[in-house]
Amino acid sequence: MSNHQGTEKKLDLSVNIAGVTLNNPITTASGTFSAYESGAFYNLNELGAMITKGVANIPWDGNPTPRIAETYGGMLNAVGLQNPGIDYFIAHELPYLRQFDTKIIVNVAGRSIEDYCEVAEKLNGTAADMLEVNISCPNVKKGGIGFGTHSEMAAKVTKEVRRVSKKPIIIKLTPNVTDITEIAKAVEAEGADAVSLINTLLGMKIDVHRKKPVLANKMGGFSGPAIKPVAVRMVYQVRRAVNIPIIGLGGIMTGEDVAEFIMAGADAVSVGTAAFVNPTAPADIKNELIEYMQKYNFKSLKEIREAFTE
Amino acid sequence: MCKKTVIEAKIIQNQEIAQGVYRMVLSAPEIAAGASCGQFVNLYPKAKHTLLPRPISICEIGEDTLTLVYGVVGEGTREFAGYNAGETIRVSSAIGTGFKPQKTKTAVLVGGGIGVPPLVELAKQMSGEKIAVIGFRDEPFLKEELEKAGAKVYIATDSGKTGFKGNVIELIQEQGISGDYFYSCGPKVMLKALAAYCESINTPVQVSLEERMGCGYGACVGCVCKIKENTETGYEHKKVCKDGPVFLGSEVVWDE
Repeated sequence: MSNHQGTEKKLDLSVNIAGVTLNNPITTASGTFSAYESGAFYNLNELGAMITKGVANIPWDGNPTPRIAETYGGMLNAVGLQNPGIDYFIAHELPYLRQFDTKIIVNVAGRSIEDYCEVAEKLNGTAADMLEVNISCPNVKKGGIGFGTHSEMAAKVTKEVRRVSKKPIIIKLTPNVTDITEIAKAVEAEGADAVSLINTLLGMKIDVHRKKPVLANKMGGFSGPAIKPVAVRMVYQVRRAVNIPIIGLGGIMTGEDVAEFIMAGADAVSVGTAAFVNPTAPADIKNELIEYMQKYNFKSLKEIREAFTE
Repeated sequence: MCKKTVIEAKIIQNQEIAQGVYRMVLSAPEIAAGASCGQFVNLYPKAKHTLLPRPISICEIGEDTLTLVYGVVGEGTREFAGYNAGETIRVSSAIGTGFKPQKTKTAVLVGGGIGVPPLVELAKQMSGEKIAVIGFRDEPFLKEELEKAGAKVYIATDSGKTGFKGNVIELIQEQGISGDYFYSCGPKVMLKALAAYCESINTPVQVSLEERMGCGYGACVGCVCKIKENTETGYEHKKVCKDGPVFLGSEVVWDE
């Protein structure tokens, strides 16, 4: 749709992540997107890639409710990776995703290394273009964040999934660590093809009238525009620590936010909570990015990145 | 291909009809055309720090208008209460699986507090005899609208200030109100008690559930409830925003 041709050079939004070319850098943050429901509001072909909700080897029931709490400029969620399991996903959800002219990135959840590997193996030979390995969900007791907060564990998951998977793997990192660059370096060393960051920050909200935590799970993942400076800082740090591509996310609401992440070092981005504020946000943000690029006469994402000086 | 939308709708009326309860009438022909009873719309606050939409049940569906009746319960609804006619508000298409009106002789519509509004459109959609039993803490609202829709209205209040002193189920029993199908919307404790009552009298009931929502359109899986299914656990977490808000009372696992 955006053919900005003419006498000038064409605007190129494409980006290559581990050998997979995305038409543009906009992806959907895992857990905030459903092809069927989100696709009711905008054309999914507008996306660089769809990143699915986390899928485990078996169905997960998720956490009790309330699972959602709004906070000032952000929100908490404690969904707990409710999912129908990989077999159901491959049989019933993946075929639906294939109809769109965009890439498919399947977010993989697990409670053990074997869980992650089972899902990764089952996705070999499917239409999935890449896997995003979720070692950073703060809302599950076993697995999840336990793998993402220790370099050795993160490295081990990466190594094993890399061994069994025939697809490029993105490791999704948690910000709930002392030094995110350590974890990023550890997963890069074991063959991660890319990293995505940041997952949600662990947060909590107390209802002072009911004198109780708002979430049934007590704590949850903090997302939304309130966390953006933390995310930008971590992308900036990780960019200077590893050479693999980075998918940046955390509070992106506008096209200018995307440019900010690209300047910090992201190759692509994910839009998450913004799609709750505005169901067409991923498509709108892409168009805003184009406007931003036209304003400064950027022809590619690389030009945005290179324009940043410190 | 895009079946749903969010539009900027003009507010025709926004008026307090009981303490902390407002009626908002929106000019939204395309949304009204796709709406059915028991569905809800998402209203989006303008304040930047309140990110999430507020799901509001549809009270009445006009040719070109939608009538919403909402309670002021927090920051978002407080913002809505401050709007004047002529201003605009962002509103989504009608969402969810609403009431399925049945062809029955006598329908009993049971509402509690801010759960009463969707019963008005439901009453309008039904042709047989209909009885509305509505409960409030203190101050009733929407009585005339239900009567206009052809319902015989019974009122209960906790305080006894208006109508029967007590809850709706006590009122149903005291008045010997009966019917061959029940519909209900209100607080979970009321729905749970009503579902148990309907089971005891062997009468089906459709209940409209409420849960804290994230996206409000089925993407985030924040607002689930337990619905009986042939699984290991005996239930499945279903989305209140999409699979509901209306379910059969007999299929809900009422454990909380």
